[in-house]
Amino acid sequence: MEEESIVDQITPILKGYKRKRKNLIPILQDVQEKLHYLPLEAIIEVAGFFDIAPSAVYGVVTFYNQFRMVPPGKHPIKICLGTACHMKSGELVSEAWERELGIKIGEVTDDMEFDLERVACVGCCAMAPVAVVDEEVHGQVSPTKIQGIVSAIKREDEDELQEDKK
Amino acid sequence: MNFKKIKNDAVSDWERFKSKKTTHVLVGTATCGRAAGALDVMDTLKQKIEKRGIDAEITQVGCMGHCYAEPLVIVAKPGLPAVIYGYVTPGIASVLVDSCLLKNDPCLEFALGALEDNELIPTIYDMPRFEYEQRLILRNCGNIDPRNINHYIANGGYAALQSIFKMTDKGVIDQIKKSGLRGRGGAGFNTGQKWEIARSAGGKSTYVICNADEGDPGAFMDRAILESDPHAVIEGMAIAAYAIGAASGYIYVRAEYPLAVQTVQHAIDQAEKLGILGHNILGSKFNFEIEIFRGSGAFVCGEETALIASIEGKRGMSHHRPPYPATSGLFGMPTVVNNVKTFATVPLIIDRGADWYNSIGTEGSKGTAVFALAGKVVNTGLVEVPMGITLRNVVQDVGGGVPHGKRFKAVQIGGPSGGCLPETALDLPVDFDSLKRAGAIFGSGGMVVLNEDNCIVEAARYFLDFTQKESCGKCTMCRLGTKHMLNMLEDIVHGNGKVEYLEQLTELAVDIKEGSLCGLGKTAPNPVITTIRYFRDEYEAHIIEKRCPALQCKDLIAYYILPDKCERSCDSCVGVCTTESIFSGKKRIKVIDQDKCVKCDTCVAACPPEYNAIIRISPSSTVPETEKRPQ
Repeated sequence: MEEESIVDQITPILKGYKRKRKNLIPILQDVQEKLHYLPLEAIIEVAGFFDIAPSAVYGVVTFYNQFRMVPPGKHPIKICLGTACHMKSGELVSEAWERELGIKIGEVTDDMEFDLERVACVGCCAMAPVAVVDEEVHGQVSPTKIQGIVSAIKREDEDELQEDKK
Repeated sequence: MNFKKIKNDAVSDWERFKSKKTTHVLVGTATCGRAAGALDVMDTLKQKIEKRGIDAEITQVGCMGHCYAEPLVIVAKPGLPAVIYGYVTPGIASVLVDSCLLKNDPCLEFALGALEDNELIPTIYDMPRFEYEQRLILRNCGNIDPRNINHYIANGGYAALQSIFKMTDKGVIDQIKKSGLRGRGGAGFNTGQKWEIARSAGGKSTYVICNADEGDPGAFMDRAILESDPHAVIEGMAIAAYAIGAASGYIYVRAEYPLAVQTVQHAIDQAEKLGILGHNILGSKFNFEIEIFRGSGAFVCGEETALIASIEGKRGMSHHRPPYPATSGLFGMPTVVNNVKTFATVPLIIDRGADWYNSIGTEGSKGTAVFALAGKVVNTGLVEVPMGITLRNVVQDVGGGVPHGKRFKAVQIGGPSGGCLPETALDLPVDFDSLKRAGAIFGSGGMVVLNEDNCIVEAARYFLDFTQKESCGKCTMCRLGTKHMLNMLEDIVHGNGKVEYLEQLTELAVDIKEGSLCGLGKTAPNPVITTIRYFRDEYEAHIIEKRCPALQCKDLIAYYILPDKCERSCDSCVGVCTTESIFSGKKRIKVIDQDKCVKCDTCVAACPPEYNAIIRISPSSTVPETEKRPQ
């Protein structure tokens, strides 16, 4: 199957909005939800829609933490380093994630399976330290728990692969 | 539809929910509950109940505030008192079904307490914390189904909105002014006054914005309220809109709170369906609609002018005030921006009267305060207390103090813009003005407790690292000043600090405060100022002795295995060491190769508590000479 081009993918999103500047951030959010990141091509396309300079859109994209310009891994991992997580050894836990996956924060594994990102606070401070893996919030994450989380995901993927083969 | 009919329907729905004819099982599934595994618990309950063919109804409710004991489950069974169970796992859930639902054993071994008076066990209201707690803003959280508008209405919801149609807009503002309500977002501006300015500014259109951009790390009460009682916020916004003559409003929620966004959207849809939002609300001439705007993760957007820029599709940079948003805000129109908790309080004031609200709290700060207790404290979770009780009451009596017999060190209030207050400040009353005098700010209400293991300099560095990254870059002092402060703090925690830094930090702090436009820059130095003020000795220990008193700063500590405590035949530390830097030396006593150790702390966790042989030593140069690894 041939992959849809980036422009083809975002045209339907743009159609749902009026050309009002206040729709810029919601559009970028929708585009990122669909593509999982904001490639330069998409930024240029969105700028064209509003008839503004791509640099203006780029300025907005780089201002907000939510937007990313590189593709994420298949299983994005967000490590919370909010105050409560930090005070409960979040730094040590985040290093343990880095060791387990062999990448630094902000990087993606070579096989594009996992990526690590640090976020300010996911609002689950009572469960600190917290990590969000595939949109699922894990509380009281200790270095020993990390291995379990990662191997559970890997096993699930393998099982799926086996199913597909059948 | 008229309100009477809506209310009647709601009450009968609620009575069915509360009736003791069938068994009701309530599961707390706000984000923190989910993080603890509440959804797995609910699945187990569902499957088991179905399998056993039990007649019981499962309902998802919001946050009950007892986050430390999540996941929480409430069982209300005919013939038994309603009991709340804590720390529920799927295993415990299936025991509950088999013993409690199927037979009549209330499983008291898993219970936190009962929810009503009974002869079996004490209620949770008998817990010492409820002596201080007074839940107004959190009145419905955890008690009602946030996805069912009827539950809100049956508990008195939207009655205030209905009643203001008999009042003039000015009458509403007078009530709010008289109540003394001050904004719960942190600055504590008088809410009624803000509304009055917006009303008399006379724009073509006016706006109401709910600030739910809870970017302050360590605070989560706005999320909990939106997830547990969204209609209270919507009603408060509608009342504000009526008072200032606004026809549209925005709720600015962080995109990091997907469940809150979902819950609020659902609530808005339901309210529209009943004619509580939209055109001719409840048969009046008043029109108001609410749109959700998902914030994209920028701390500075909690500042009102930056928040407005963000809704307008721009970079979230703040601008000079005045003009204040109340006169010229969103799209240049008068705009009222209030916090989630402020709006959630408004219906109560209209309902019960300004005098009632005025009687709670202190002279200058009326009403209650919601705190998100987190960090090194036993009862993490949401706490609501009247203004004016002491910090000690909140931390020790409601929060249960510091766990594991550790010593209390400081309490951090107001997030990165707030300050760290020591033991001696614990007798301060909690209100806007006292906290400000002590160097902290009320902030949004995040309260993180630090114990003796937390390094105070590292905490200050952490907060500055955060604000420095989040500075929008407009004001030079904030953009560059915070960076310089951060550099100095990093030098100190890495053991490269100089004595003159303390003077320079204090000086720079004043300059940054004076040279910044918005609240971010004006408050960013607070953590540094307060920690230098109250914990100067710790700074000096780092700089002069290269010693971290809390044994936390990695560059200043070393790990060491006490030879006379090491059990020798146990290999736990060797097995877990992430860099293979622990080996068996003479007589099989374990030794750490200091050159290879990355100080990951894993061995300390692995060493069985009955030996407790691994310690941290600071300064690192004082670690005893150990034998070298055999080649």
